[in-house]
Amino acid sequence: MSPIHITVNGRPQELTDRTSLLGLLESLELDPRLVVVEHNRQIVRQPTLATTALADGDAVELVHFVGGG
Amino acid sequence: MTTAVATPVEQGLTIGGRGFRSRLMVGTGKYRDNETMVRAIEASGAEIVTVAVRRVDLDRRNEQGVLHHLDPQQVFLLANTAGCYTADEAIRYARLAREAGFNEFVKLEVIGDRETLLPDTGGLLQAARTLVADGFKVLAYTSDDLVTALRLEDAGCAAVMPLASPIGSGLGLLNPYSVRLIKRRLQVPVVVDAGVGTASDACVTMEQGVDGILMNTALAEATDPVRMAHAMRLAVEAGRAAYLAGRMPRREVAVPSSPTTGLLD
Repeated sequence: MSPIHITVNGRPQELTDRTSLLGLLESLELDPRLVVVEHNRQIVRQPTLATTALADGDAVELVHFVGGG
Repeated sequence: MTTAVATPVEQGLTIGGRGFRSRLMVGTGKYRDNETMVRAIEASGAEIVTVAVRRVDLDRRNEQGVLHHLDPQQVFLLANTAGCYTADEAIRYARLAREAGFNEFVKLEVIGDRETLLPDTGGLLQAARTLVADGFKVLAYTSDDLVTALRLEDAGCAAVMPLASPIGSGLGLLNPYSVRLIKRRLQVPVVVDAGVGTASDACVTMEQGVDGILMNTALAEATDPVRMAHAMRLAVEAGRAAYLAGRMPRREVAVPSSPTTGLLD
C-alpha cells in the first residue's frame, strides 16, 4: 500500500501501513488508557481505537492531563 | 487540628451534587517537582485538584503525565480549560477532558487578555450554556462582576468562581466588596479562584462568606510549598470560622474595652 500522510499533534507523519488509531498509539509507545484521542476533530472512544483506520490527510490530536491551576 | 474549645462541626460544601469536606482546592501546575506537588496537596487537605489538558509531548514519551502522581481514588480531578481564548476552544477542551473518564465536572476558563488572563465573559457565558446543555457540571472562572456571575448562575453553572486578582499575581483579594456582593446574591456555591498569594489573603477571602478557594501559584511558588499548604489549610479554616462567628462591627471611633466607672479620683 502507498504511504499515507497525516498530522499527529500538529506534526506531519508518514505511515507506511494502513494503521488503526490503536496501532498509531502503539507505534508511539503510548498507553491508550492514559491518552485521549481526537481524530479529525472528533473524540474517538477507547473501544473504537482498534477499528478506526487512518486515511491520508487525517489530523490526530493526542492529549492527556498535565499539571495546571 | 487541635481546638481549645469544642466547636460545632462545620458542614462541608456541595458542588454539582457532590459533597466535599475541604473548602481549599489546589492546582497542580508550576511545582518544581512532582514530589513537592504531592506533599503540598496532602498538606493542604484539598480534595479537589485541578489539572490541565495538553498535547502529549511526542519527543518525551517516557515522561509521565500528572496522573502518574495523583490517585483519582484519593483526589477529585477537576479538569480546566486553561489556555482557551474562545468558547469553541474551551468546549473542545472540556469534551476531551471528560473523555478521560473521571467525572463530568469542568473548571471553565475563557480568557480575554493575555497579559492579565482576565476572562472573556461573553465567550465564557456562551461556552457555559453549551457545556451545561451537554451535561457538564460547570465551575466558571469569572471576573468579580455581579451581573456576569448572575448570568452564569442563570446559565446553569454548578459554581461561580470570581477571581481575587489576576492568575499568578499573588495580589490577594483586591475587591472584597464585589466578592461579598456576589456571595450574597447567588444561590450556587461561590469559590474564589486566582490571585491568592499568602495565608492572610485566603483568610480574608473566606471571611467574605464564600464557599471555598482555589489556589495554585501561592503554593507552587512559595519558598516552602508544603509549609505554605499547611498555612493555607489553617487560613481557610480560620477565615471560615470567623465568618460563621459573625465579626464585630467596624467603627471610626474608639469604644473602651475596660469600664469607664470605678476610676480613682
